[in-house]
Amino acid sequence: MIDLKGLTKVFDTGKARLTAVDHVDLTVPAGEIFGIIGYSGAGKSTLIRLLNGLEKPSEGSVEINGQNITAISGPKLRKARQKVSMIFQHFNLLWSRTVRENIEFPLEIAGVGKEERRKRSAELIELVGLEGRESAYPAQLSGGQKQRVGIARALANDPEVLLCDEATSALDPQTTDAILELLVDINKRLGLTIVLITHEMHVIRKICHRVAVMEGGRVVELGEVLHVFQHPKETITKRFVAQVTETEDSAETVRHLREQYPEGQLVKLIFVGDQAEQPILTQLIREYQVEVNIVHGNISHTQRGAYGTLILQLKGTTDEISKALAFLGAHDVQTEVMGNA
Amino acid sequence: MLETLFPNVDGADMWEATLETIYMTAMSTLFTFIIGLVLGIVLFLTAPNQLWANKIVNWLTGAFVNIFRSIPFIILIILLIPFTKFLIGSIRGPNAALPALIIGAAPFYARMVLIALKEIDKGVIEAARSMGATTWTIIRKVLLPESKPALISGITVTAIALVGYTAMAGIIGAGGLGTLAFLDGFQRSREDVTLMATIAILVIVFIVQFIGDYLTRKADKR
Repeated sequence: MIDLKGLTKVFDTGKARLTAVDHVDLTVPAGEIFGIIGYSGAGKSTLIRLLNGLEKPSEGSVEINGQNITAISGPKLRKARQKVSMIFQHFNLLWSRTVRENIEFPLEIAGVGKEERRKRSAELIELVGLEGRESAYPAQLSGGQKQRVGIARALANDPEVLLCDEATSALDPQTTDAILELLVDINKRLGLTIVLITHEMHVIRKICHRVAVMEGGRVVELGEVLHVFQHPKETITKRFVAQVTETEDSAETVRHLREQYPEGQLVKLIFVGDQAEQPILTQLIREYQVEVNIVHGNISHTQRGAYGTLILQLKGTTDEISKALAFLGAHDVQTEVMGNA
Repeated sequence: MLETLFPNVDGADMWEATLETIYMTAMSTLFTFIIGLVLGIVLFLTAPNQLWANKIVNWLTGAFVNIFRSIPFIILIILLIPFTKFLIGSIRGPNAALPALIIGAAPFYARMVLIALKEIDKGVIEAARSMGATTWTIIRKVLLPESKPALISGITVTAIALVGYTAMAGIIGAGGLGTLAFLDGFQRSREDVTLMATIAILVIVFIVQFIGDYLTRKADKR
């Protein structure tokens, strides 16, 4: 669906040249929720604006559904933009228009007749759950409701791609979750390809299938969300992953845990995908002569399964403990001995 | 009682002068609104990083606006005498005052339009662009509606300034309450005529302000 080749954007500010996006190659298949994470200044805002031609690249190309966005301009580009819509961190609604009129705005731009507009906006208002607020002005809505209007507005012209520019960064955690659920729902129901940029790892964890980590204009890491969570390679990725999994294996924590649980052996288990939902621990306790004490646990759910870590204190004979560890290994649970007491 | 307080005031003359003042104010406000709006939009859109970014047009428009905004109105009227003669065919009467009124006020209003447009959230313009809107659609459906309260309050201030300008134009024979107050009142030492003309001007100003405030409030949905 989306194909980026050697995409580069250099801003020439007279004195300094700033490379905001540096030779990015990416492919996003149709129907995928693709996340781009990075700190501010990493170039992700520029990258997403290159996708709908709001910015022109200095080098490289953007192809969306077979159409080269970088090569077109004028009426053709405007037509293409109706199929690549966008939602924003600060919603960017017209305060002078009601909810319904805001949603009808892109339809007016596309030249849709009045009756058809009314019908379409009514459907969209229902889709995003804003029935009864049609005639309200944005000033009368909460942040979450405003973003729902933004989403309805973005969906008005049946886009193929939805670009989300930090769409939940201005919302509180509960509202963020509700908006993310709405995005997943839309992705499933309409088969829409979604590209989102964020600096919050839990957004990636909650809804994305794949993730690209950006730093200094480059994509430094790319992969399935679950895989990136398990095996973050770059330091920056590890920092992002730590946002949602906590740093239970830092040297400090390990020493602290050892002091607290001086007996037996401390073992860290890493569950990925299906095993996180299987009763492996129950089996372990039943079949082996070990005493199991759960010291610390954390499970994160992603779109493609769960990811979790569990720290156990195992007490028993060395023999039984190594048998128990072998059992876990046989069930694809990664184990890591954190040291003896 | 009015006759004892204002012995020299001729009701019919006063009414006619009031209508002339209203006519001059209304016509010049209308044209000032249109020309100022166009100039303001051009100033806004040709600024760097805007949709029509163009240094030369921006500089020329800015220079035009600044020059005509800086010339004192009474001098502008005199400077524009040949132009007015060419355009209207006369330099006396309410119509002859219009070119100077409009050329004096439009640049002033253009600045207010520019300020109003700058207040619009850039994100909203970006959103419209991301939907595939043309620049014309952005002007009509984003820039103008989103700045409407400021545009209305701006034209209210300008209209009130124009009431004052018409009085000044009256001194050189444009007609209206200014002429009445100057020729009939001041030069013939009839203070009551001057006073009555002043009251009439104040009433016009209050009415303009009231209507402007009402429309501004009604347009603002923020």
